[in-house]
Amino acid sequence: MTETLPDTPAQLPEHPMPRAAGCPFDPPPALRELQSSSPISRVRIWDGTTPWLITRYDHVRTLLGDPRVSADTTRSGYPHRNAAMLAREQDQRTFLTMDDPEHARLRRMVTGPFAIRKMEQLRPDVQQIVDDLIDEMLAGPNPTDLVTAFALPVPSLVICRLLGVPYSDHDLFQRNTQVIVRRTSTPEEVAGATRTLTDYLDDLLTVKRKKPEDDLLSKLATERVETGEMTQREAARMGVLLLSAGHETTANMIALGTVALLEHPEQLALLRESEDPAVAARAVEELLRYLTITHSGRRRVATADIEIGGQVIRAGDGIILATDIANRDPEHFPDPDRLDITRDARRHVAFGYGVHQCLGQPLARVELQVVYSTLYRRIPTLALATDADELQFKHDGLVYGVYELPVTW
Amino acid sequence: MHVHIDQPKCVASGQCVLMAPDVFDQDDDGIVELLTDRPGPEHHDGVREAAAVCPAAAIRLEEG
Ligand code: HEM
Ligand code: SF4
Repeated sequence: MTETLPDTPAQLPEHPMPRAAGCPFDPPPALRELQSSSPISRVRIWDGTTPWLITRYDHVRTLLGDPRVSADTTRSGYPHRNAAMLAREQDQRTFLTMDDPEHARLRRMVTGPFAIRKMEQLRPDVQQIVDDLIDEMLAGPNPTDLVTAFALPVPSLVICRLLGVPYSDHDLFQRNTQVIVRRTSTPEEVAGATRTLTDYLDDLLTVKRKKPEDDLLSKLATERVETGEMTQREAARMGVLLLSAGHETTANMIALGTVALLEHPEQLALLRESEDPAVAARAVEELLRYLTITHSGRRRVATADIEIGGQVIRAGDGIILATDIANRDPEHFPDPDRLDITRDARRHVAFGYGVHQCLGQPLARVELQVVYSTLYRRIPTLALATDADELQFKHDGLVYGVYELPVTW
Repeated sequence: MHVHIDQPKCVASGQCVLMAPDVFDQDDDGIVELLTDRPGPEHHDGVREAAAVCPAAAIRLEEG
Protein backbone atom coordinates (compact mmCIF):
# COMPACT_ATOMS: atom_id res chain seq x y z
CA MET A 1 0.00 0.00 0.00
CA THR A 2 1.26 3.48 -0.75
CA GLU A 3 1.22 6.10 1.93
CA THR A 4 -1.60 8.51 1.30
CA LEU A 5 -0.69 12.06 2.17
CA PRO A 6 -3.14 13.63 4.56
CA ASP A 7 -5.39 16.24 3.01
CA THR A 8 -5.29 19.71 4.47
CA PRO A 9 -6.79 19.61 7.98
CA ALA A 10 -9.93 21.46 6.89
CA GLN A 11 -10.88 18.65 4.49
CA LEU A 12 -10.42 15.83 6.95
CA PRO A 13 -13.46 14.25 8.58
CA GLU A 14 -14.36 15.75 11.92
CA HIS A 15 -14.24 13.59 15.04
CA PRO A 16 -16.39 12.70 16.96
CA MET A 17 -18.88 11.76 14.25
CA PRO A 18 -22.68 11.74 14.66
CA ARG A 19 -24.68 8.54 15.05
CA ALA A 20 -27.45 7.90 12.53
CA ALA A 21 -30.90 9.16 13.55
CA GLY A 22 -33.00 6.31 14.88
CA CYS A 23 -29.99 4.02 15.51
CA PRO A 24 -29.03 4.85 19.09
CA PHE A 25 -27.11 1.59 19.61
CA ASP A 26 -24.97 1.69 16.48
CA PRO A 27 -21.67 3.54 16.13
CA PRO A 28 -21.63 6.45 13.65
CA PRO A 29 -22.00 5.24 10.03
CA ALA A 30 -18.88 7.24 9.07
CA LEU A 31 -16.82 4.95 11.33
CA ARG A 32 -18.10 1.88 9.53
CA GLU A 33 -17.13 3.43 6.20
CA LEU A 34 -13.62 4.26 7.44
CA GLN A 35 -13.23 0.75 8.80
CA SER A 36 -13.74 -0.76 5.37
CA SER A 37 -12.12 1.94 3.19
CA SER A 38 -9.29 3.53 5.22
CA PRO A 39 -8.96 1.92 8.61
CA ILE A 40 -5.94 4.04 9.58
CA SER A 41 -6.64 7.63 8.62
CA ARG A 42 -6.42 11.13 9.98
CA VAL A 43 -9.33 13.09 11.43
CA ARG A 44 -9.69 16.62 12.75
CA ILE A 45 -10.64 17.17 16.39
CA TRP A 46 -11.94 20.15 18.40
CA ASP A 47 -8.56 21.89 18.78
CA GLY A 48 -7.71 21.68 15.06
CA THR A 49 -5.15 18.89 15.46
CA THR A 50 -5.28 15.81 13.21
CA PRO A 51 -4.71 12.56 15.11
CA TRP A 52 -4.99 9.11 13.52
CA LEU A 53 -8.27 7.26 13.87
CA ILE A 54 -7.94 3.47 14.14
CA THR A 55 -11.10 1.49 13.37
CA ARG A 56 -10.14 -2.19 12.85
CA TYR A 57 -10.10 -4.62 15.73
CA ASP A 58 -6.65 -6.05 14.96
CA HIS A 59 -5.03 -2.63 14.64
CA VAL A 60 -6.70 -1.40 17.82
CA ARG A 61 -5.38 -4.34 19.83
CA THR A 62 -1.90 -4.15 18.30
CA LEU A 63 -1.52 -0.46 19.08
CA LEU A 64 -3.01 -0.62 22.60
CA GLY A 65 -0.56 -3.43 23.34
CA ASP A 66 2.47 -1.56 21.95
CA PRO A 67 4.76 0.01 24.60
CA ARG A 68 5.67 2.77 22.10
CA VAL A 69 2.07 3.97 22.32
CA SER A 70 1.73 6.27 25.33
CA ALA A 71 -1.29 7.15 27.49
CA ASP A 72 0.57 10.14 28.95
CA THR A 73 -1.71 13.16 28.54
CA THR A 74 1.14 15.60 29.23
CA ARG A 75 3.03 14.60 26.06
CA SER A 76 2.65 16.97 23.17
CA GLY A 77 0.47 15.49 20.43
CA TYR A 78 -1.89 13.73 22.85
CA PRO A 79 -5.41 14.04 21.39
CA HIS A 80 -7.40 15.51 24.28
CA ARG A 81 -11.16 14.98 24.32
CA ASN A 82 -11.95 18.63 25.04
CA ALA A 83 -10.58 21.70 26.80
CA ALA A 84 -11.97 20.59 30.15
CA MET A 85 -10.22 17.22 30.05
CA LEU A 86 -7.02 18.96 29.00
CA ALA A 87 -7.23 21.23 32.06
CA ARG A 88 -8.06 18.36 34.41
CA GLU A 89 -5.43 15.96 33.19
CA GLN A 90 -2.60 18.43 33.66
CA ASP A 91 -2.87 18.66 37.45
CA GLN A 92 -4.86 15.59 38.47
CA ARG A 93 -2.83 12.74 37.04
CA THR A 94 -3.48 9.18 38.07
CA PHE A 95 -2.05 5.93 36.70
CA LEU A 96 -4.82 6.01 34.08
CA THR A 97 -2.68 8.51 32.15
CA MET A 98 0.83 7.32 33.06
CA ASP A 99 3.10 4.88 31.27
CA ASP A 100 5.04 1.96 32.70
CA PRO A 101 7.01 1.58 34.88
CA GLU A 102 5.24 4.33 36.90
CA HIS A 103 1.80 3.09 35.84
CA ALA A 104 2.56 -0.51 36.82
CA ARG A 105 3.98 0.51 40.21
CA LEU A 106 0.82 2.42 41.14
CA ARG A 107 -1.71 0.06 39.55
CA ARG A 108 -0.24 -2.92 41.41
CA MET A 109 -0.94 -1.20 44.71
CA VAL A 110 -4.67 -1.73 44.12
CA THR A 111 -4.98 -4.84 41.93
CA GLY A 112 -5.25 -7.31 44.83
CA PRO A 113 -8.78 -6.34 45.97
CA PHE A 114 -10.09 -6.75 42.38
CA ALA A 115 -8.94 -10.36 41.95
CA ILE A 116 -11.61 -12.77 40.72
CA ARG A 117 -11.73 -14.67 44.01
CA LYS A 118 -12.27 -11.44 45.98
CA MET A 119 -15.07 -10.43 43.61
CA GLU A 120 -16.80 -13.78 44.05
CA GLN A 121 -16.77 -13.16 47.83
CA LEU A 122 -18.48 -9.84 47.15
CA ARG A 123 -21.19 -11.37 44.93
CA PRO A 124 -23.70 -12.10 47.75
CA ASP A 125 -23.38 -8.47 48.94
CA VAL A 126 -24.00 -7.23 45.39
CA GLN A 127 -27.05 -9.51 45.13
CA GLN A 128 -28.37 -8.11 48.42
CA ILE A 129 -27.85 -4.51 47.27
CA VAL A 130 -29.66 -5.21 43.99
CA ASP A 131 -32.55 -7.03 45.71
CA ASP A 132 -32.99 -4.23 48.25
CA LEU A 133 -33.04 -1.56 45.55
CA ILE A 134 -35.65 -3.50 43.59
CA ASP A 135 -37.78 -3.84 46.73
CA GLU A 136 -37.57 -0.10 47.26
CA MET A 137 -38.39 0.63 43.65
CA LEU A 138 -41.43 -1.65 43.70
CA ALA A 139 -42.67 0.05 46.86
CA GLY A 140 -42.19 3.53 45.34
CA PRO A 141 -43.90 5.52 42.58
CA ASN A 142 -44.71 3.86 39.25
CA PRO A 143 -43.55 4.98 36.67
CA THR A 144 -40.10 5.93 37.90
CA ASP A 145 -36.69 6.87 36.51
CA LEU A 146 -34.56 3.71 36.45
CA VAL A 147 -31.33 5.73 36.32
CA THR A 148 -31.83 7.43 39.70
CA ALA A 149 -33.80 4.61 41.35
CA PHE A 150 -31.49 1.77 40.35
CA ALA A 151 -28.76 2.17 37.73
CA LEU A 152 -26.71 4.77 39.64
CA PRO A 153 -27.20 3.48 43.21
CA VAL A 154 -26.00 -0.06 42.35
CA PRO A 155 -22.38 0.86 41.45
CA SER A 156 -22.36 3.64 44.08
CA LEU A 157 -23.31 1.34 46.91
CA VAL A 158 -20.94 -1.39 45.76
CA ILE A 159 -17.87 0.79 45.29
CA CYS A 160 -18.58 2.60 48.59
CA ARG A 161 -18.56 -0.74 50.38
CA LEU A 162 -15.34 -1.85 48.67
CA LEU A 163 -13.50 1.42 49.31
CA GLY A 164 -14.97 2.11 52.76
CA VAL A 165 -16.69 5.38 51.80
CA PRO A 166 -19.84 6.25 53.79
CA TYR A 167 -22.75 5.97 51.35
CA SER A 168 -24.43 8.90 53.12
CA ASP A 169 -21.96 11.09 51.20
CA HIS A 170 -23.04 9.73 47.81
CA ASP A 171 -24.71 13.00 46.82
CA LEU A 172 -21.36 14.74 46.91
CA PHE A 173 -19.54 12.27 44.72
CA GLN A 174 -22.40 11.57 42.30
CA ARG A 175 -22.85 15.27 41.64
CA ASN A 176 -19.15 15.82 41.14
CA THR A 177 -18.45 12.77 38.97
CA GLN A 178 -21.31 13.85 36.74
CA VAL A 179 -19.66 17.22 36.20
CA ILE A 180 -16.42 15.46 35.27
CA VAL A 181 -17.92 13.14 32.66
CA ARG A 182 -20.23 15.71 31.02
CA ARG A 183 -18.64 16.70 27.72
CA THR A 184 -20.02 20.26 28.02
CA SER A 185 -18.55 21.09 31.46
CA THR A 186 -16.16 24.06 31.46
CA PRO A 187 -12.50 23.50 32.42
CA GLU A 188 -13.15 25.43 35.67
CA GLU A 189 -16.13 23.25 36.55
CA VAL A 190 -14.18 20.05 35.94
CA ALA A 191 -11.15 21.24 37.90
CA GLY A 192 -13.41 22.35 40.77
CA ALA A 193 -15.30 19.05 40.92
CA THR A 194 -12.06 17.08 40.84
CA ARG A 195 -10.60 19.18 43.65
CA THR A 196 -13.73 18.75 45.79
CA LEU A 197 -13.55 14.98 45.39
CA THR A 198 -9.82 14.81 46.09
CA ASP A 199 -10.22 16.92 49.26
CA TYR A 200 -13.03 14.64 50.39
CA LEU A 201 -10.94 11.49 49.90
CA ASP A 202 -7.96 13.16 51.55
CA ASP A 203 -10.01 13.82 54.71
CA LEU A 204 -11.34 10.29 54.66
CA LEU A 205 -7.79 8.89 54.45
CA THR A 206 -6.89 10.85 57.57
CA VAL A 207 -9.74 9.08 59.37
CA LYS A 208 -8.68 5.66 57.99
CA ARG A 209 -5.09 6.15 59.12
CA LYS A 210 -6.32 6.65 62.68
CA LYS A 211 -9.05 4.02 62.59
CA PRO A 212 -8.40 1.49 59.83
CA GLU A 213 -11.18 -0.90 58.84
CA ASP A 214 -11.46 -3.82 56.42
CA ASP A 215 -11.65 -1.82 53.21
CA LEU A 216 -9.51 -0.66 50.30
CA LEU A 217 -8.92 2.91 51.52
CA SER A 218 -7.74 1.63 54.91
CA LYS A 219 -5.35 -0.69 53.08
CA LEU A 220 -3.96 2.22 51.08
CA ALA A 221 -3.72 4.36 54.20
CA THR A 222 -1.91 1.81 56.36
CA GLU A 223 0.15 -0.09 53.78
CA ARG A 224 1.14 2.74 51.41
CA VAL A 225 0.72 6.13 53.05
CA GLU A 226 1.91 5.22 56.57
CA THR A 227 4.94 3.47 55.04
CA GLY A 228 5.85 6.53 52.99
CA GLU A 229 5.42 4.69 49.69
CA MET A 230 3.01 7.35 48.50
CA THR A 231 1.79 10.69 49.78
CA GLN A 232 -1.71 11.02 51.18
CA ARG A 233 -2.59 13.33 48.29
CA GLU A 234 -1.50 10.67 45.76
CA ALA A 235 -3.62 8.09 47.58
CA ALA A 236 -6.55 10.53 47.55
CA ARG A 237 -6.21 10.96 43.79
CA MET A 238 -6.17 7.20 43.36
CA GLY A 239 -9.29 7.01 45.52
CA VAL A 240 -11.03 9.52 43.25
CA LEU A 241 -10.13 7.41 40.23
CA LEU A 242 -11.52 4.24 41.83
CA LEU A 243 -14.65 6.00 43.10
CA SER A 244 -15.48 7.65 39.78
CA ALA A 245 -14.23 5.19 37.11
CA GLY A 246 -16.82 2.54 37.88
CA HIS A 247 -19.73 4.85 38.46
CA GLU A 248 -21.00 6.33 35.23
CA THR A 249 -19.70 3.33 33.29
CA THR A 250 -21.57 0.64 35.21
CA ALA A 251 -24.67 2.84 35.61
CA ASN A 252 -24.83 3.47 31.87
CA MET A 253 -24.37 -0.23 31.11
CA ILE A 254 -27.34 -0.99 33.38
CA ALA A 255 -29.64 1.69 31.95
CA LEU A 256 -28.62 1.49 28.27
CA GLY A 257 -28.46 -2.31 28.51
CA THR A 258 -32.04 -2.28 29.74
CA VAL A 259 -33.12 -0.10 26.80
CA ALA A 260 -31.35 -2.43 24.37
CA LEU A 261 -32.99 -5.51 25.88
CA LEU A 262 -36.46 -3.93 25.95
CA GLU A 263 -36.00 -3.06 22.28
CA HIS A 264 -34.94 -6.67 21.54
CA PRO A 265 -37.70 -8.60 23.37
CA GLU A 266 -36.63 -11.99 22.00
CA GLN A 267 -33.17 -11.49 23.53
CA LEU A 268 -34.68 -10.32 26.80
CA ALA A 269 -36.86 -13.46 26.87
CA LEU A 270 -33.79 -15.70 26.44
CA LEU A 271 -32.13 -14.00 29.38
CA ARG A 272 -35.21 -13.98 31.60
CA GLU A 273 -36.16 -17.58 30.98
CA SER A 274 -32.81 -19.10 31.85
CA GLU A 275 -31.62 -19.92 35.36
CA ASP A 276 -28.13 -20.73 34.09
CA PRO A 277 -25.58 -18.15 35.31
CA ALA A 278 -23.55 -18.82 32.15
CA VAL A 279 -26.39 -17.32 30.08
CA ALA A 280 -26.27 -14.05 32.02
CA ALA A 281 -22.46 -14.05 31.86
CA ARG A 282 -22.56 -14.35 28.06
CA ALA A 283 -25.21 -11.65 27.84
CA VAL A 284 -22.96 -9.30 29.82
CA GLU A 285 -20.06 -9.76 27.38
CA GLU A 286 -22.33 -9.31 24.37
CA LEU A 287 -23.92 -6.15 25.77
CA LEU A 288 -20.46 -4.76 26.60
CA ARG A 289 -19.45 -5.42 22.98
CA TYR A 290 -22.66 -4.23 21.38
CA LEU A 291 -22.98 -1.01 23.39
CA THR A 292 -19.25 -0.12 23.90
CA ILE A 293 -20.29 2.86 25.99
CA THR A 294 -16.81 4.46 26.12
CA HIS A 295 -17.64 5.94 22.73
CA SER A 296 -15.03 8.69 22.56
CA GLY A 297 -12.34 6.05 22.07
CA ARG A 298 -9.09 5.26 23.83
CA ARG A 299 -6.65 8.16 23.37
CA ARG A 300 -2.91 7.75 22.94
CA VAL A 301 0.22 9.37 21.45
CA ALA A 302 3.08 7.63 19.58
CA THR A 303 6.55 7.92 21.14
CA ALA A 304 8.34 6.41 18.12
CA ASP A 305 7.63 5.86 14.43
CA ILE A 306 5.26 2.89 14.15
CA GLU A 307 4.49 1.02 10.94
CA ILE A 308 1.05 -0.49 10.84
CA GLY A 309 -1.35 -1.52 8.09
CA GLY A 310 0.79 0.09 5.37
CA GLN A 311 0.90 3.45 7.16
CA VAL A 312 3.54 5.10 9.30
CA ILE A 313 2.41 6.76 12.52
CA ARG A 314 5.17 9.22 13.40
CA ALA A 315 6.54 9.86 16.88
CA GLY A 316 4.42 12.62 18.41
CA ASP A 317 1.28 11.81 16.39
CA GLY A 318 -1.96 11.49 18.34
CA ILE A 319 -3.97 8.27 18.04
CA ILE A 320 -7.68 7.64 18.70
CA LEU A 321 -8.59 3.96 18.98
CA ALA A 322 -12.27 3.58 18.15
CA THR A 323 -13.17 0.57 20.27
CA ASP A 324 -16.88 0.94 19.49
CA ILE A 325 -16.44 0.18 15.78
CA ALA A 326 -13.61 -2.30 16.50
CA ASN A 327 -16.19 -4.28 18.48
CA ARG A 328 -18.33 -4.33 15.32
CA ASP A 329 -15.49 -5.57 13.08
CA PRO A 330 -17.09 -8.26 10.88
CA GLU A 331 -13.77 -10.14 10.69
CA HIS A 332 -14.07 -10.94 14.38
CA PHE A 333 -17.77 -10.74 15.13
CA PRO A 334 -19.97 -12.24 12.42
CA ASP A 335 -23.10 -10.19 11.73
CA PRO A 336 -21.65 -7.58 14.10
CA ASP A 337 -24.63 -5.21 14.27
CA ARG A 338 -26.90 -7.91 15.63
CA LEU A 339 -27.40 -8.12 19.39
CA ASP A 340 -27.10 -11.84 20.08
CA ILE A 341 -26.69 -12.72 23.74
CA THR A 342 -25.85 -16.32 22.87
CA ARG A 343 -22.68 -15.47 20.95
CA ASP A 344 -19.20 -15.73 22.47
CA ALA A 345 -18.18 -12.06 22.64
CA ARG A 346 -15.43 -12.43 25.23
CA ARG A 347 -12.71 -11.08 22.94
CA HIS A 348 -14.34 -7.64 22.83
CA VAL A 349 -12.31 -4.54 23.65
CA ALA A 350 -15.02 -2.70 25.62
CA PHE A 351 -12.68 -2.66 28.65
CA GLY A 352 -9.79 -1.54 26.46
CA TYR A 353 -6.68 -3.62 25.85
CA GLY A 354 -3.04 -3.55 26.91
CA VAL A 355 -1.67 -2.51 30.29
CA HIS A 356 -4.50 -0.02 30.93
CA GLN A 357 -7.27 -2.55 30.41
CA CYS A 358 -9.98 -1.85 32.97
CA LEU A 359 -8.84 -2.56 36.51
CA GLY A 360 -12.45 -2.80 37.71
CA GLN A 361 -13.64 -5.29 35.07
CA PRO A 362 -14.05 -8.21 37.50
CA LEU A 363 -16.24 -5.98 39.67
CA ALA A 364 -18.20 -4.62 36.70
CA ARG A 365 -18.83 -8.18 35.50
CA VAL A 366 -20.21 -9.30 38.87
CA GLU A 367 -22.44 -6.21 39.11
CA LEU A 368 -23.82 -6.59 35.58
CA GLN A 369 -24.28 -10.36 35.88
CA VAL A 370 -26.28 -9.90 39.09
CA VAL A 371 -28.33 -7.02 37.63
CA TYR A 372 -29.15 -8.66 34.29
CA SER A 373 -30.08 -11.97 35.92
CA THR A 374 -32.25 -10.34 38.62
CA LEU A 375 -33.97 -7.15 37.43
CA TYR A 376 -36.02 -8.57 34.53
CA ARG A 377 -36.87 -11.75 36.41
CA ARG A 378 -38.12 -9.88 39.46
CA ILE A 379 -40.01 -7.32 37.37
CA PRO A 380 -41.16 -9.35 34.35
CA THR A 381 -43.52 -6.59 33.19
CA LEU A 382 -40.81 -3.91 33.13
CA ALA A 383 -41.42 -1.59 30.16
CA LEU A 384 -40.53 1.88 28.92
CA ALA A 385 -42.89 4.52 30.27
CA THR A 386 -42.22 6.70 27.23
CA ASP A 387 -41.71 6.31 23.48
CA ALA A 388 -38.28 4.94 22.67
CA ASP A 389 -37.63 7.90 20.37
CA GLU A 390 -38.32 10.31 23.25
CA LEU A 391 -35.29 9.04 25.18
CA GLN A 392 -32.37 11.46 25.48
CA PHE A 393 -29.09 9.74 24.70
CA LYS A 394 -25.75 10.98 26.02
CA HIS A 395 -24.29 11.95 22.66
CA ASP A 396 -22.17 14.55 24.43
CA GLY A 397 -21.03 12.30 27.28
CA LEU A 398 -17.58 10.92 27.87
CA VAL A 399 -19.51 7.71 28.43
CA TYR A 400 -22.60 6.90 26.32
CA GLY A 401 -25.98 6.13 27.84
CA VAL A 402 -29.38 7.67 28.59
CA TYR A 403 -29.91 10.67 30.84
CA GLU A 404 -33.17 9.32 32.19
CA LEU A 405 -35.01 6.07 31.75
CA PRO A 406 -38.72 6.32 32.65
CA VAL A 407 -39.99 2.79 33.28
CA THR A 408 -43.23 1.26 34.40
CA TRP A 409 -44.35 -2.26 35.40
CA MET B 1 0.48 -28.30 25.89
CA HIS B 2 3.00 -26.36 27.97
CA VAL B 3 1.89 -23.03 29.53
CA HIS B 4 4.32 -20.20 30.37
CA ILE B 5 3.41 -17.04 32.24
CA ASP B 6 5.30 -13.77 32.52
CA GLN B 7 4.35 -12.32 35.92
CA PRO B 8 6.14 -8.97 35.53
CA LYS B 9 3.95 -8.29 32.48
CA CYS B 10 0.66 -9.31 34.11
CA VAL B 11 -1.78 -6.43 34.79
CA ALA B 12 -4.12 -8.50 36.98
CA SER B 13 -7.14 -8.29 34.68
CA GLY B 14 -8.25 -11.71 35.90
CA GLN B 15 -9.38 -12.76 32.45
CA CYS B 16 -7.31 -15.97 32.40
CA VAL B 17 -8.94 -17.10 35.65
CA LEU B 18 -12.37 -16.63 34.08
CA MET B 19 -11.38 -18.60 30.96
CA ALA B 20 -9.54 -21.50 32.65
CA PRO B 21 -10.04 -21.50 36.44
CA ASP B 22 -8.37 -24.90 36.84
CA VAL B 23 -5.16 -23.67 35.23
CA PHE B 24 -4.77 -20.03 36.29
CA ASP B 25 -5.08 -18.35 39.67
CA GLN B 26 -4.12 -14.95 41.12
CA ASP B 27 -1.87 -14.20 44.10
CA ASP B 28 -2.68 -11.65 46.84
CA ASP B 29 -1.79 -8.80 44.48
CA GLY B 30 -3.99 -10.18 41.73
CA ILE B 31 -0.99 -11.35 39.68
CA VAL B 32 -1.32 -14.55 37.64
CA GLU B 33 -0.16 -17.88 39.07
CA LEU B 34 -0.18 -21.28 37.41
CA LEU B 35 -2.01 -24.17 39.07
CA THR B 36 -0.47 -26.47 36.46
CA ASP B 37 1.82 -25.79 33.52
CA ARG B 38 0.74 -28.98 31.71
CA PRO B 39 -3.07 -28.84 31.66
CA GLY B 40 -5.08 -31.82 30.47
CA PRO B 41 -6.74 -31.74 27.04
CA GLU B 42 -10.13 -30.79 28.55
CA HIS B 43 -8.60 -27.40 29.50
CA HIS B 44 -6.87 -26.63 26.21
CA ASP B 45 -9.66 -24.53 24.69
CA GLY B 46 -9.94 -22.42 27.83
CA VAL B 47 -6.18 -21.93 27.99
CA ARG B 48 -6.02 -20.88 24.33
CA GLU B 49 -8.85 -18.43 24.94
CA ALA B 50 -6.99 -17.07 28.00
CA ALA B 51 -3.84 -16.52 25.94
CA ALA B 52 -5.92 -14.79 23.25
CA VAL B 53 -7.68 -12.36 25.61
CA CYS B 54 -4.78 -11.62 27.98
CA PRO B 55 -4.39 -7.84 27.56
CA ALA B 56 -0.71 -7.94 28.54
CA ALA B 57 0.44 -10.85 26.35
CA ALA B 58 1.65 -12.50 29.56
CA ILE B 59 0.59 -16.05 28.59
CA ARG B 60 2.62 -18.08 26.11
CA LEU B 61 1.70 -21.57 24.92
CA GLU B 62 3.82 -24.37 23.52
CA GLU B 63 1.44 -26.71 21.79
CA GLY B 64 2.16 -30.41 21.63
C1 HEM C 1 -19.05 -1.63 32.64
C2 HEM C 1 -18.32 -0.85 33.31
C3 HEM C 1 -16.95 -0.35 32.90
C4 HEM C 1 -16.45 -0.05 31.66
C5 HEM C 1 -17.16 -0.15 30.31
C6 HEM C 1 -15.07 0.38 31.85
C7 HEM C 1 -14.22 0.73 30.83
C8 HEM C 1 -12.87 1.01 30.99
C9 HEM C 1 -11.94 1.22 29.90
C10 HEM C 1 -12.28 1.21 28.42
C11 HEM C 1 -10.71 1.46 30.45
C12 HEM C 1 -9.39 1.68 29.69
C13 HEM C 1 -8.91 3.09 29.71
C14 HEM C 1 -7.78 3.31 28.71
O1 HEM C 1 -7.29 2.37 28.09
O2 HEM C 1 -7.40 4.47 28.50
C15 HEM C 1 -10.87 1.41 31.89
C16 HEM C 1 -9.87 1.62 32.80
C17 HEM C 1 -10.07 1.66 34.17
N1 HEM C 1 -11.23 1.32 34.84
FE1 HEM C 1 -12.97 0.73 34.02
N2 HEM C 1 -14.78 0.34 33.18
C18 HEM C 1 -15.89 -0.10 33.86
C19 HEM C 1 -16.02 -0.30 35.22
C20 HEM C 1 -15.05 -0.01 36.14
C21 HEM C 1 -15.21 -0.22 37.56
C22 HEM C 1 -16.41 -0.83 38.26
C23 HEM C 1 -14.06 0.23 38.13
C24 HEM C 1 -13.84 0.18 39.62
C25 HEM C 1 -12.94 0.70 40.30
C26 HEM C 1 -13.17 0.70 37.06
C27 HEM C 1 -11.90 1.23 37.22
C28 HEM C 1 -11.00 1.48 36.19
C29 HEM C 1 -9.64 1.96 36.40
C30 HEM C 1 -8.98 2.27 37.73
C31 HEM C 1 -9.05 2.07 35.11
C32 HEM C 1 -7.61 2.54 34.78
C33 HEM C 1 -6.73 1.35 34.55
C34 HEM C 1 -5.31 1.71 34.13
O3 HEM C 1 -5.08 2.80 33.59
O4 HEM C 1 -4.40 0.89 34.35
N3 HEM C 1 -13.81 0.52 35.87
N4 HEM C 1 -12.20 1.11 32.19
S1 SF4 D 1 -5.21 -12.44 31.60
FE1 SF4 D 1 -3.06 -11.78 31.49
S2 SF4 D 1 -3.02 -9.81 32.53
FE2 SF4 D 1 -4.96 -10.78 33.08
S3 SF4 D 1 -4.50 -11.83 35.03
FE3 SF4 D 1 -4.18 -13.32 33.39
S4 SF4 D 1 -2.00 -13.13 32.88
FE4 SF4 D 1 -2.52 -11.34 34.08
